Amino acid sequence: MIINHPLLGPRDAAEFVYLGDASLMDRPDPEAENAAEQFYEYGYLRDNPAGAHQELWYHEQGDRSWLVVTRDTLTHEITGVKLARDEAKKRGRNK
Amino acid sequence: MRYSAFEILKQGLSGNKGWKPVWREPEPKAEYDVIIVGGGGHGLSTAYYLSKVYGMRNIAVLEKGWLGSGNIGRNTTIIRSNYMMPGNQPFYEFSLKLWEGLEQDFNYNAMVSQRSILNLFHSDPQRDAFVRRANAMILSGADAELADEAQLRRELPFLDFDNARFPIKGGLYQRRGGTVRHDAVAWGYARGADSHGVDIIQNCEVTGFDIENGVCTGVRSSKGSIRTKKVAVCVAGSSSRVMSLAGMRLPIESHVLQAFVTEGLKPTLPGVITFGAGHFYVSQSDKGGLVFGGDIDGYNTYAQRGNLPVVEDVAEGGMAIMPMIGRTRLLRSWGGVMDMSMDGSPFIDKTHIEGLYFNGGWCYGGFKATPASGYCYAHLLANDTPHPVATEMRLDRFKRGHIIDEKGQGNQPNLH
Repeated sequence: MIINHPLLGPRDAAEFVYLGDASLMDRPDPEAENAAEQFYEYGYLRDNPAGAHQELWYHEQGDRSWLVVTRDTLTHEITGVKLARDEAKKRGRNK
Repeated sequence: MRYSAFEILKQGLSGNKGWKPVWREPEPKAEYDVIIVGGGGHGLSTAYYLSKVYGMRNIAVLEKGWLGSGNIGRNTTIIRSNYMMPGNQPFYEFSLKLWEGLEQDFNYNAMVSQRSILNLFHSDPQRDAFVRRANAMILSGADAELADEAQLRRELPFLDFDNARFPIKGGLYQRRGGTVRHDAVAWGYARGADSHGVDIIQNCEVTGFDIENGVCTGVRSSKGSIRTKKVAVCVAGSSSRVMSLAGMRLPIESHVLQAFVTEGLKPTLPGVITFGAGHFYVSQSDKGGLVFGGDIDGYNTYAQRGNLPVVEDVAEGGMAIMPMIGRTRLLRSWGGVMDMSMDGSPFIDKTHIEGLYFNGGWCYGGFKATPASGYCYAHLLANDTPHPVATEMRLDRFKRGHIIDEKGQGNQPNLH
């Protein structure tokens, strides 16, 4: 698989480390009433879809940026690559 | 028909015209007591033990494709019980004992071959860890034997003992481990279940569950709706997809594991050998091909194929312990989709929906578990209480903090 890095261009997926579903960016609020339940779901439950999947890849052997990759789990086709930093800012976070 | 030497002789003398199909191909009835979703090894063994040991009748197995078209036909056929955690090891030892009597039990030649499994170690700390594991195995009633370097040099002279990076210092033997003809396991269980009246319905995909007020009363399928008292889902590899039809999210990711077979060689490997410093395991099939594999690819996928970086990694692992295979040509490679659970251990449990049961999360260790998985699942379905060796394989164990993490990696499925 080739991941088209937004800053570095096409890079071999072997340069990256895979973390998992991109929803892992949205850490629950530890102060919330049902924080234990939310952290259980955050830590352990996954949608695991067959089809389009947004996921986090870390460019360990490159610029060490985190990417949000949209990839089809049935065909391995990559349809979108964004910097996780930009995605987080879009969701209202400061970094 | 019971298979025996006498039967072969009789059929041979009468032109082999009397052999019958090994199982029926019935149409689904309107209602069953138990519907098993998934006609792979685990689903078929569940049906077999449910009908034979637990005396239940009126059972159907629904299979989306043909029998054994999933991971029972895509594995590396190894059986063993060399685990360590208390929630796992008694279960796998129970499974190994079932393997030992399986062929007599279901009257089918599954080519169970207890040719031993050897886990190599490469350092003193690893030796200590293996001694501890061996003790855990022995405590569960399994066999374990520590071999030192001198013994291995005598028995397996082709190993690269003096490898500069990972010298081989010894190994942990389980002599009762070995290999089994995987397809014959599916066929044997299917034949056994069928002979006890189980309806095995192929090309019948489950498309939904009928759930009313928290009770599952039936399934919808490509062959129509079927009512039932209990639905037993057993579709490792596709667990998340099927259970999402019941609105459930699982502690599982789907990953691909690749396997490889070389051209046929003269008898070389006496048993199964695993590398202790990387991930590589190898055995030799009865046809002569070396069958081997290594790590999963590491990203979510439902495609039954992997990528080249893992091929390279597996080949490096092989070369590190057995440089002699360097010029062997690969004939085939393939990938199978695994349910990778959050702690690397499986589930055999009820769900919060009454009448809906779940078996899955086998990671890349489902084949060896086939008999015990079916037996324990059948026990659960018949009695609504877990079998004594499967009490910890619960779906809610992460919530309770009672994980079974053999490798100590935490909730990162691609590291198990």
